[in-house]
Amino acid sequence: MGVLGPKMAFRVLVGCKRVIDYAVKVRVKPDKTGVVTDGVKHSLNPFDEIAIEEAVRLKEKKIATEIVAVSCGPPKCQEVLRTALAMGADRGIHIEVPDEEYASLQPIHVSKILAKLAAQEEASMIIVGKQAIDDDCNQTAQMTAAFLDWPQATFASKIEKTNGDLLVTREVDGGLETIKVKLPAVLSTDLRLNEPRYATLPNIMKAKKKKIDKKKPADLGVDITQHVEVLKVEEPPVRQAGVIIENAEQLVSKLREAGHIQ
Amino acid sequence: MSEKLPAKITTHYSVIPRDKDPRWKDVDMERVSDEFDAVIVGGGPAGMSAAIRLKQLANDAGKEFRVCLVEKAAEIGGHILSGNVFQPNSLNELIPDWKEKGAPLHTPVKEDKFSVLTETGRIPVPVIPGLPMSNHGNYVIRLGNLVQWLGEQAEELGVEIYPGSPAAEVLFHEDGSVKGIATADVGIAKDGSPKETFERGMELHAGITMFAEGCHGHLGKQLYKTFNLRANCQPQTYAIGFKELWEVEPSRHRPGLVEHSLGWPLDRFTYGGSFIYHLDEGAPLVAVGFVVGLDYKNPYLSPFKEFQRYKTHPYIRQTFEGGTRLSYGARALNEGGFQSIPKLTFPGGCLIGCLPGFVNVPKIKGTHTAMKSGMLAAESVFETLNQENTQSNTIAPEPSSYQELIQNSWVWQEMKSVRNIRPAAHNFLGIWGSILYTGTIYFLFRGKEPWTLNHGGIDSSHLKPAAECKPIEYPKPDNKLSFDLLSSVALTGTNHDHDQPAHLTLLDDSKPVEHNLAVFDGPEQHFCPAGVYEYVPTEDGKGMRLQINAQNCIHCKTCDIKDPSQNINWVCPEGGGGPAYSGM
Repeated sequence: MGVLGPKMAFRVLVGCKRVIDYAVKVRVKPDKTGVVTDGVKHSLNPFDEIAIEEAVRLKEKKIATEIVAVSCGPPKCQEVLRTALAMGADRGIHIEVPDEEYASLQPIHVSKILAKLAAQEEASMIIVGKQAIDDDCNQTAQMTAAFLDWPQATFASKIEKTNGDLLVTREVDGGLETIKVKLPAVLSTDLRLNEPRYATLPNIMKAKKKKIDKKKPADLGVDITQHVEVLKVEEPPVRQAGVIIENAEQLVSKLREAGHIQ
Repeated sequence: MSEKLPAKITTHYSVIPRDKDPRWKDVDMERVSDEFDAVIVGGGPAGMSAAIRLKQLANDAGKEFRVCLVEKAAEIGGHILSGNVFQPNSLNELIPDWKEKGAPLHTPVKEDKFSVLTETGRIPVPVIPGLPMSNHGNYVIRLGNLVQWLGEQAEELGVEIYPGSPAAEVLFHEDGSVKGIATADVGIAKDGSPKETFERGMELHAGITMFAEGCHGHLGKQLYKTFNLRANCQPQTYAIGFKELWEVEPSRHRPGLVEHSLGWPLDRFTYGGSFIYHLDEGAPLVAVGFVVGLDYKNPYLSPFKEFQRYKTHPYIRQTFEGGTRLSYGARALNEGGFQSIPKLTFPGGCLIGCLPGFVNVPKIKGTHTAMKSGMLAAESVFETLNQENTQSNTIAPEPSSYQELIQNSWVWQEMKSVRNIRPAAHNFLGIWGSILYTGTIYFLFRGKEPWTLNHGGIDSSHLKPAAECKPIEYPKPDNKLSFDLLSSVALTGTNHDHDQPAHLTLLDDSKPVEHNLAVFDGPEQHFCPAGVYEYVPTEDGKGMRLQINAQNCIHCKTCDIKDPSQNINWVCPEGGGGPAYSGM
């Protein structure tokens, strides 16, 4: 009957996606089924990097007790998990999805995976980037919350903890909106939430000793059958050169020539 | 009368020291360190070969031997750029079963062509076996992919490889011998002040440190001074090499074809030429490139634009019409050869690969010699550190046997035999001097001639004042064969975090406008292959100032070499920055 009970575990699950580096010029494959990824520089999705940073800050503030980084995909995904571990995550989970199936992996599958993991790991919070810079879907956080029937706080630009709740400031079209969500909750990060720390060499070296568990979607009872079929991927049309118009008369005659006015 | 404010451009701590900077007063500058037997700076062919050889020796001897390799690119192979027609002799020695292990050597050379281009035509030149340009037995490769494969072999042998980790500083013991290196600090703002994310780099201490930074490495530049390694050699001379990877029309694709040209669009006093290498790796890929000697005289010359217009030549364009350009990049390369090899060892360290420089210029090959130098250095380093009776009179020993080993090897013989070909261009014959020399004296004497020709000074000293030269009228890019600079830079995938001090530092901020612009019309605007340097009007419109777009930099080192004021000092940026070449 003592006053001091065991410390409440506050486990944070962070979604990390390996995407083509934002500075690389993307090229469409000759067969138009997708973009070239072979041999192309990849990195951790910038919004997920912000999510990891926020989780690490929560741990430094003694709010979170353990950070688990999760990534779904082929073996190379372990690279982003190593980055997350170097930034301060405690352990990683690699959900193995081979190349062919990875091509059709969608947020709906990832959300189911995260939901199952959250239950298994008894997570108090899931935090992911608001969207991946390759597909710009902006769906995973919302779908995960729906599967878990947890509250969601998306586009977070500030996160504070108050007793059993989170006070989250969201970036919305009209400006900023502050909401209170009960824990456990799903959050997605926006750009201004924080500036991620560097994964420095001593931490990269230490991260080599941290554990990465491997699981398959089937182990979690998740079916990753293709939902969406990509029919065609094309480059945007080549921008035509503009013409500089000298005066209003020229503008009118050009518009007439092009048949836009009579 | 308004006062002219001194230009303030450079904010990097290598020029504005932090120990006197009030913004850094309370910052903890302690560094974490780790101990290794050998630390290798640079993950190119030389560095990787040295790493592999060290672990082979250690594993054979059943000895624990910690080898750490640091590389500034975010991914191994990311900063590699080379033609490349590869002579496999060193690889055969290092990893004899490379074929079973899947080394990416897919394209044996089938056909060797050489020509001299005129503005409208082409004069074929026979490639005589035995002359440097003959390629029988060699492979056309994508060096970035070979380096990546070497990295995998090294990791399997237990080498600890850390990409995204530039070596920023050489560390010294109290007696002046090399103790190791420190990686770059991160989290410094553009104005040089510490950010919240500031973190010191890490110190990697080594029994012996092997420097493999490639052509004109910035730490090498310091080491030459510290240990006076260039006392008995000529200064290094360089060229800038451009490369593009194209996917051509299948009907124009001839896998295994190797073509070189001299002549147009360069005049005979501007050393340089082109290469076209057809790969056999599935898609109809062709590597095309252009090399311009950096001893050129006209400050208006734009090596990039020479390359772009070369592709429009009536003969050359046939390969590329209807094709798609996939990548672009550029890098400086060594041309000094034998005369410019510095002393290779010093207490606690040694130099390998293109850093000291083992490119066989007429053969245009340096990978095989770079690898061999790494292997020989590794043998020396392993022996030196495992000697029973340590005879070193410095805290860190000097791997002196490396110098002996390489001087007794085929590398030395090869370098010596072709030593006079490039410098034979320093006269009124220009590049014809080199061609004639190859066809006559080299053909007869294979380098045994008793004389050694001079390079005639460092490259930057050859620039003539703009007033004495004519601007060159280059054709506009047609966006089919020839392209503009900025769209080319976009293909390098280069990027640097913008909020950091520019890593292209000026020792004196006033020199660019007062000297480079005034006398030479700002040649850095023309020779930088990435559009880093721009002279723009000042805010008051009364003068010009130098704008350094450091984010564009592709780490080619040309500016550090060709700056007529020798005022630009390239230092390494935060880790992971720079180009993202893929199989270049």
